Amino acid sequence: MQLKDITKGNGSMKKLKLLLVGTAAALALAGSAAQAARGTDGDLKILFWQAVSTMNPYLSGGTKEVYASSMVIEPLARYDEKGELVPMLVTEIPTVENGGVSKDLLSMTWKLKPDLKWSDGTTFTADDAIFTWQYCKAPDGGCAQAAYYEGVKSVEAPDPHTVKITFTEPKPYPYSAFVGAQSPIIQKKQFEKCVGAAAPGCTSANFGPIGTGPFMVKEFKPNDVITFTANPNYRDAAKPAFATATLKGGGDAASAARAVLETGEYDYAWNMQVEPEVLATMLKAGKGKLETAFGTQVERININHFNPDPKLGDKRATKEGGPHPALSDPAVRRALSLAIDRDVIVETGYGAAGRPTCNIVPAPAAVASTKNDSWCLKQDIEGANKLLDDAGWKKGSDGIRAKNGVKLSFLYQTSTNSVRQATQELVKDMWSQIGVATELRNISASVYFGGDPASPDTFQKFFADIEMLTNNFDGTDPEKYLAGWLCDKIPSPANGWQGENEVRYCNPDYDKKVAELSKTADPDKRAALSKELNDMLTEEGALIPLIHRGSVSSRSLTLEGVRMNGWDSELWNVADWSRKK
Amino acid sequence: MSDTTLVSAPPAKASSPARSALADIWRQFRAHRGGVVGLAVFVFIVAAVYIGPFIHRVAPNAINIRDKNQWPSMAHPFGTDNLGKDMLAQVLAGGKTSLAVGFTAMLLALFLGTLVGVLSGYSRRLDGPLMRLTDLFLALPLLPLLLVILLLFRDTLRAAFGPETGIFILIVFVIGVTSWMHTARIVRGDVLAVKSQEFILAAKSSGMREYRIIWRHILPNVLSSIMVSATLGIASAIITESALSFLGLGFPSDFPTWGRLLFDGANFLQLTPSRVLWPGLAISLTVLSVNYVGDAIRDALDPRSLKR
Repeated sequence: MQLKDITKGNGSMKKLKLLLVGTAAALALAGSAAQAARGTDGDLKILFWQAVSTMNPYLSGGTKEVYASSMVIEPLARYDEKGELVPMLVTEIPTVENGGVSKDLLSMTWKLKPDLKWSDGTTFTADDAIFTWQYCKAPDGGCAQAAYYEGVKSVEAPDPHTVKITFTEPKPYPYSAFVGAQSPIIQKKQFEKCVGAAAPGCTSANFGPIGTGPFMVKEFKPNDVITFTANPNYRDAAKPAFATATLKGGGDAASAARAVLETGEYDYAWNMQVEPEVLATMLKAGKGKLETAFGTQVERININHFNPDPKLGDKRATKEGGPHPALSDPAVRRALSLAIDRDVIVETGYGAAGRPTCNIVPAPAAVASTKNDSWCLKQDIEGANKLLDDAGWKKGSDGIRAKNGVKLSFLYQTSTNSVRQATQELVKDMWSQIGVATELRNISASVYFGGDPASPDTFQKFFADIEMLTNNFDGTDPEKYLAGWLCDKIPSPANGWQGENEVRYCNPDYDKKVAELSKTADPDKRAALSKELNDMLTEEGALIPLIHRGSVSSRSLTLEGVRMNGWDSELWNVADWSRKK
Repeated sequence: MSDTTLVSAPPAKASSPARSALADIWRQFRAHRGGVVGLAVFVFIVAAVYIGPFIHRVAPNAINIRDKNQWPSMAHPFGTDNLGKDMLAQVLAGGKTSLAVGFTAMLLALFLGTLVGVLSGYSRRLDGPLMRLTDLFLALPLLPLLLVILLLFRDTLRAAFGPETGIFILIVFVIGVTSWMHTARIVRGDVLAVKSQEFILAAKSSGMREYRIIWRHILPNVLSSIMVSATLGIASAIITESALSFLGLGFPSDFPTWGRLLFDGANFLQLTPSRVLWPGLAISLTVLSVNYVGDAIRDALDPRSLKR
């Protein structure tokens, strides 16, 4: 099939080159014994308990859509399981050292691999990258991944194999556009008429994008099942090992885990949000195992620095409403953190999918601080009690501490999820040991994370004293994420309750350091600054980081080559997957 | 089955007709085997829920992580959950809430349903508007309505009555107000049937006041269907409450109710089946026993059966 295409379309020179590439690939493969040739391992069965609704990640920010589409369309470079960039469609990662990134940090140049082909046989050129950028920035297009193209002034093609990106201002960390599963390259020919308001209407293109990845869509049933076949034009002639792939959607996390671990009906299932002991029971069947990858997700407790008292009416949880009567005391915030036993929370709710942490930036290792681990990772009820005693919070007859008529009694909200409710109960129990009363509230996730400015229950409005949620940052650079705790990012009625600073933390020193970080290019200095900022948040009790959360998926024991990735799509290396012989 | 009926029937017939009405009803009630068993089970559940905590003195919210996911033992007769909380204590505490919610919400729904049903059945003028109101409530989507009610009144009630009582009042009100419609329709139908009978005409022509006609003649005759919908109402109120808790609209998550315990335990069915078994059994037994009791009361109150 592939040979026929070559003889038809190209000159002899290219033929020779391709033959050479093929030989090189074959030689490289001779080392690994398991793989034989493309399409010899039958059908790969994948289960996503949240079904996939589109194959175009630019029209849906959902993780499931991004992951599913990563089997078909690819970015120029992506992150491997260690969080390091690996070239996919390019020859190397541009840096200042190799001249790929300009000295003034205003532009970068990607060199495409030669002879790349789309799955329909046409040639992949720099024009497709330019088109992808235009597609995402088109007005009325509703591009879900617009953030990845922020600060991009222009994308040009000096020649068909070179992509040059120019930025509006110096970018110390330029790897965003065309990097990672969220910003893959789509084919110009296919999407040309689907720009702007026309984008959602192009059903056949959105459901079956032509790509450069190892598989191509054969049939797409929205919110149900997707069938793939191996891409005959994939750049590695020996891959993928599977001839077809089926991605089935629907069900719930527990039943998906069962289908892989207990009955062995599926090879791979994504996102096992199930209590660890339940998974342990399933693992006893011996059909599969769990794969965990740690990215940057941190489950944290947000502490409201403003007063959320309902009596304040429109002023509640805003600057005008004043500081929180109890939580503005740093001793109280420190004591709340000290009283928490993170190990117990990991053991009951997360198992292998969580690690105790005291950092809001827990990874990658280069930017993860260890400064506060000594005092913060360990539960210290006595220390917390002493801290509160010294600060003048005295226990009343009901066992609850109070000072000047203000009681340490907090409303603690989070989304509805059995693991979160268990965590809430544990934390409530721990805080009761230091004389802090807690009232629990759980809110439906669609409302809590819905961002509706009319609802009082969103995590941004934070009409509670304490709240719990998980957040993370994409890629490996935390600058944008850390800028979320700037004074001007505090949600308020003036900005429609938008802004990432839900805890309403405001510290001019912190703001200064973030500004410094945005001007620093040297990776070591950036890491040092990031750590400092991270430590400030923990030490001052802006929030309480609890658990560094991993993503957990399950795979069949007969499936080989899975390298679980917390930085990119979990299916990032699906081309290398094979059946155990 | 037929033997037992024959055996129990003659003494009932043989008793003297001079007994009071209440004793008559009790005698009729006792003749219903299922009703008696149901009453016994129900009294047992209520007694267990209210007296049990004085015998099994373990706090339902005491967390003991070392004893998590235990099977039944002497220390924990129903086992423990994944936080090490004692299941028996939780089922007892949950029962208190579930029964209270079920009964209060049922009474509210019953009151509203009967009021609307009798009024619209008796008065031709009110019939149209009241029945359209019933249709309106039937057509209301429950969940969005609940969300709005919760948003509007949660903070006010919490400030006035505290988090638990506030939510209790809210949930009882919400369930009561959204489940009276079926009772209203059934009662209306019965009232229409009774209204056209001669004894009502006789009462009217004797100059009896309208409200006395309703009170003395109509209500006793439709009591049986009210009773049936009451028993069904308890069941649906308990189940609605558990659905609300599951969606995070109900009580705080550390406040056990039967429905909540059942939902929380579902994932642990393989590991600790008792987490699902006991709350599930409690809900089914309560609903079943109340249904049988309702059946027996209906038979006992039926004027036709009293004549025997």
